[in-house]
Amino acid sequence: MKTGDDIRLGADIGGTFTDIVLDVRGTLFSTKVLTTYMAPEQAILDGIAIVIEQAGISANQIDMIIHGTTLATNALIERRGARTALITTEGFRDVIEMRTENRFDQYDMNIVLPQPLIPREDRFTVAGRMSAQGEELLALDEAALEALAKQIAAQDFGAIAIGFIHSYMNDAHEKRAREIMEKHLDLPVSISAEVSPQMREYERFNTVCANAYVRPQMADYLGRLQTRLKDMGTKCPVYMIHSGGGLVSVETAAEFPVRLVESGPAGGAIFAADIAKSFGLDRVVSYDMGGTTAKICLIEGYQPQTARSFEVARSSGFAKGSGMPISIPVIEMIEIGAGGGSIASVDAMSRIQAGPESAGSEPGPACYAKGGTRPAITDADLLLGKLDPDNFAGGKIRLDAGAAATAMELHVGAKLGLDAQAAAFGVCDVVDENMANAARVHAVENGKNISDNTMIAFGGAAPLHAARLCEKLGVARCLIPQSAGVGSAIGFLRAPFGYEAVASQIQKLAGFDAAGLNALLSDLRATAEGFVRAGTDGEILCDITAFMRYAGQGWEIPVPLPVRDFTAADEAMIEDAFKARYAAFFGRAVEGPEIEFVTFSVKAYDQRPDGERHTLNESGEAIAPTAFRPVFDLAEGQERDTAIVARTALRPGNRVAGPAVIVEDETSTVVTSPFDVVVQSDGSLLLVRKGLSQ
Amino acid sequence: MNQIEEIRMQVMWNRLISVVEEQAMTLLRTAFSTSVREAGDLSAGVYNAKGEMLAQAVTGTPGHVNTMAEALQHFINEIPREEMYPGDTYVTNDPWKGTGHLHDITMVSPSFNGDELIGFFACTAHVVDVGGRGFGADGKSVYEEGIQIPVMKFAERGEVNKHLLKILRANVREANQVIGDFYSLAACNDVGHKRLIEMLNEVGLPNLDKLGQFILSRTHKAMMERIADLPKGSWSNDMMTDGYDEQIRLAAKVAIAKDSVTVDLTGTDPMSRWGINVPLIYTKAYACYALKCVVAPDIPNNAASLAVFHVTSPTNILNAARPAPVSVRHVLGHMVPDLILGALAKALPGQVLAEGAAALWNVHISVRPETGKDGRRAEVLMFNSGGMGARPTLDGLSATAFPSGVHTMPIEATEHTGPIVVWRKELRPDSGGDGQYRGGLGQVIEIAPAAGHEFEFSAMFDRVTAAPRGRDGGGEGALGSVTLDDGTVMKPKGWQFVPAGRRLVLKAPGGGGFGDPAKRSEAARDEDRVRGYVTTTGK
Repeated sequence: MKTGDDIRLGADIGGTFTDIVLDVRGTLFSTKVLTTYMAPEQAILDGIAIVIEQAGISANQIDMIIHGTTLATNALIERRGARTALITTEGFRDVIEMRTENRFDQYDMNIVLPQPLIPREDRFTVAGRMSAQGEELLALDEAALEALAKQIAAQDFGAIAIGFIHSYMNDAHEKRAREIMEKHLDLPVSISAEVSPQMREYERFNTVCANAYVRPQMADYLGRLQTRLKDMGTKCPVYMIHSGGGLVSVETAAEFPVRLVESGPAGGAIFAADIAKSFGLDRVVSYDMGGTTAKICLIEGYQPQTARSFEVARSSGFAKGSGMPISIPVIEMIEIGAGGGSIASVDAMSRIQAGPESAGSEPGPACYAKGGTRPAITDADLLLGKLDPDNFAGGKIRLDAGAAATAMELHVGAKLGLDAQAAAFGVCDVVDENMANAARVHAVENGKNISDNTMIAFGGAAPLHAARLCEKLGVARCLIPQSAGVGSAIGFLRAPFGYEAVASQIQKLAGFDAAGLNALLSDLRATAEGFVRAGTDGEILCDITAFMRYAGQGWEIPVPLPVRDFTAADEAMIEDAFKARYAAFFGRAVEGPEIEFVTFSVKAYDQRPDGERHTLNESGEAIAPTAFRPVFDLAEGQERDTAIVARTALRPGNRVAGPAVIVEDETSTVVTSPFDVVVQSDGSLLLVRKGLSQ
Repeated sequence: MNQIEEIRMQVMWNRLISVVEEQAMTLLRTAFSTSVREAGDLSAGVYNAKGEMLAQAVTGTPGHVNTMAEALQHFINEIPREEMYPGDTYVTNDPWKGTGHLHDITMVSPSFNGDELIGFFACTAHVVDVGGRGFGADGKSVYEEGIQIPVMKFAERGEVNKHLLKILRANVREANQVIGDFYSLAACNDVGHKRLIEMLNEVGLPNLDKLGQFILSRTHKAMMERIADLPKGSWSNDMMTDGYDEQIRLAAKVAIAKDSVTVDLTGTDPMSRWGINVPLIYTKAYACYALKCVVAPDIPNNAASLAVFHVTSPTNILNAARPAPVSVRHVLGHMVPDLILGALAKALPGQVLAEGAAALWNVHISVRPETGKDGRRAEVLMFNSGGMGARPTLDGLSATAFPSGVHTMPIEATEHTGPIVVWRKELRPDSGGDGQYRGGLGQVIEIAPAAGHEFEFSAMFDRVTAAPRGRDGGGEGALGSVTLDDGTVMKPKGWQFVPAGRRLVLKAPGGGGFGDPAKRSEAARDEDRVRGYVTTTGK
């Protein structure tokens, strides 16, 4: 069945709201309901009831439900998972506690490192050892495992994780240990060679621990959800969106729930990728800014960039190294503590700082007048005239500009000799610069140039800041789609069935073992296709990527390989491909050192039918706005009389010259003076740099 | 300065920091040296045309960061302005002008906007080999420790000095990796330069003068406020360390005046015959780091924040004179913060953490097949950390590098680099000093040659004879030990042999405790027992 012929429902459980989007043969119905923490499925059922009534259909007409959730992430952050036993190699009890033996802040003597997911008393070791080449150095102590099973049975454990050294090279010991545990115990057992068969023990062990830790809770939840959906009358399958941006069956999700971590933000990236495709935009940077954070993702050839690991639950202001690593394929996003609620302050050098501390929704920014006294980004936006105090959230919340000014003067202005508006400008420009810096560095890390991209901005706060961010990044075009508030849930509807299987196999390129490589790739492909086949009858496509480096380096770069069997004769082709990628990342290839493979990935996905196509309209017909008010122009550093236009009053093809503010219920789009805005045929707004096409 | 100007300057300061982060990231991703790529042992920074450091990457370890700030002056002194051209890169590994030993390569590139010299980019990294005796304490003079590269041009107008590369290739082991790292260092400066020019063009500034002045004056003002808050006077401290074959005393007096802090190292023992001597530039780096941690942890490192700290010393082991051997200068260098912090603790009672393992327990292993057997030869470097001292309100961090800023490497990656097997790497119970707050635990590491192999290892360990002391009534951390699994006691410094079939057993020290042990809460003691941080047998 193709998109557009069926009825699909997307459900995204977020921290505050659960978003439900129903796509009835191309027509969207959506709602936001408050997330119900005690029984998260309740919000979904409530939301479904609302949208099917809007659409005038019954539950049994839904053809497919696609679900994404932050529940797994939250369980890790809030440490609400099952008591889990880790069984690991003798001599390595403390891998997840010793981490990288480093401090995430060089100068702060009082940092607190996050507690390991599994405390030391619940980590057990057994003798048995594989070598780096995967040969058995020491036999597994099965008697000790039998005894350990009894010891675990006597306590209140809810899950078991098994992680042995070098199991990514040879998983025999882990599998045998699982057999023994399953013989004696009725507990779910996760093994690291299945959850994350990648080299680097800290990351792999932590990943298998995280999987085991959230597994009972996620299995319960998914079971309840399916039962209640059936009770409600649905007859369709339920699929889960995973962190890599594809769909998997509920059964797979229940077995590998760590793959659900970060699935909500992945929906946002797919949403942006889908828009990129509909406009034929090859290079895109998506920018999602909400209440507490901003997320930035690179999208090339309509595919969000992926990585093989990421860090969750950062404890200290999003500082790198203050969270825990999870090694699974993931849509790669940088997240910085900059959202509408981020608090502004002044440091010892009289420098303005913005975030990562957030005012959240309670008490919220000072202008909400709900008891917040410290200035937040939203206060700065208000003081610069970017928001209309009488028309925020469709007039539901009246913003108190006086409270915003008081907070801004007291906590920022007074310390710098700035008035409230200049201080607000400082706060906005600092937060925009921080986001620009993060985006720039992220692009560099990936060998890309950020200014070559079109930006796609969504989330409540993004349209307020996107134009200024584009100025700083040298980006000439930015699309602001409709329904940006429920972007992730819409993204779910657009997600392909997809699964990425990854495994480490370290070998030199020179004289590589082609037969061994073909066997590994065919295993990975069978695994990945198996997951995809569970959800689709259509054609399955494949991408193969080798992660390679010069022998001696520690960082691998992704090298796409053709999907076919390899022979020894392919050495030169692969070497050329590696060197070309290396040069793209780092300027020039190096002559001399040997090249090696470290990890391979096979991504399988079904072919998505093309959606509606649109052509980017960069010119449009200028219209003459009728309403104006003074708004601070960040590019010029002064207030200017600025056109105020309701988004609902605009029609495709309309062009409004900046400076302007396009207002709508959920947010406002700020068009700074270097930009104009052109309404597109799908209703989205295109910020386009002046002089680009006229 | 008007309001808008003020904000533009602040925003540009952030941008300049981002420029050096990109510079450091480039180095991190391309380096061959294990210590850089896995352990973050590098530094990158941007300077104005006078050679004053304006910003540096947060990535980086104090021994590099603070030495580099001073190293730049040597480049400016030795390369005349009229011989500097766009596309140049300068290099040295002079221990007294760079970062204290030959293994660190420092590269400096002038940054030109058109014809105007507007500043410099500099970076430093530890390379895998510099020839000589290899990384270890056994050299009798710096001449035995490897090739010396005086301050000179690595590239002129983009043209790499082929003669230098030829000499290098003939003098070092693993020449491909070392030369690869030379290119990585030069490339990362290029990235910094490119980004800086983009930034200046974007904001319409011709050079760094205005921004530099803003950064340095703001920082200076903040530092002055911090120093004004400190008690005035001078406080002394001394400390015993292992040395090579006999203990060595380190001594310091910290004097806090109204606008500066001066550390005087008079009373420290004379130079050693072994390669554990420390050039003053490296001593200073760690002394400044310790002062900054206490006085101004949140103020960025730049010429103005470093300018308020002064370090003086007669010639001694912490101010070694050429041609002293200095290869493992990091061991005593890493002890300098504990020495300074001990003096500061007297000035600021109740505010300064206890002593810890301090020096990294790095081990360099040179593994080879047993005579007559097949196998692989390889050089393997491991970074390991003992326990950090307890803090005034928190337990010490276990197995965590301090003062160094490096990471450890995964065992699985280490075992791929050479035929060794690491049989154990885990926390060492009962090694944290007792106290109201317990010292961090050290760790136990067991390393064996793979079957059919044997190895030599370079020991660079300390706190084997002189334990980390507690503070304010806290107990000592456990001493380190270096043995074979059959009980043979090994030396804490120098190259030694491990035959096939034996294991090297390293026990890294724990950190000292803070405060009276009687005041430790029952809950904390229970947790120590349940988790096995403290065992009933107390082994």
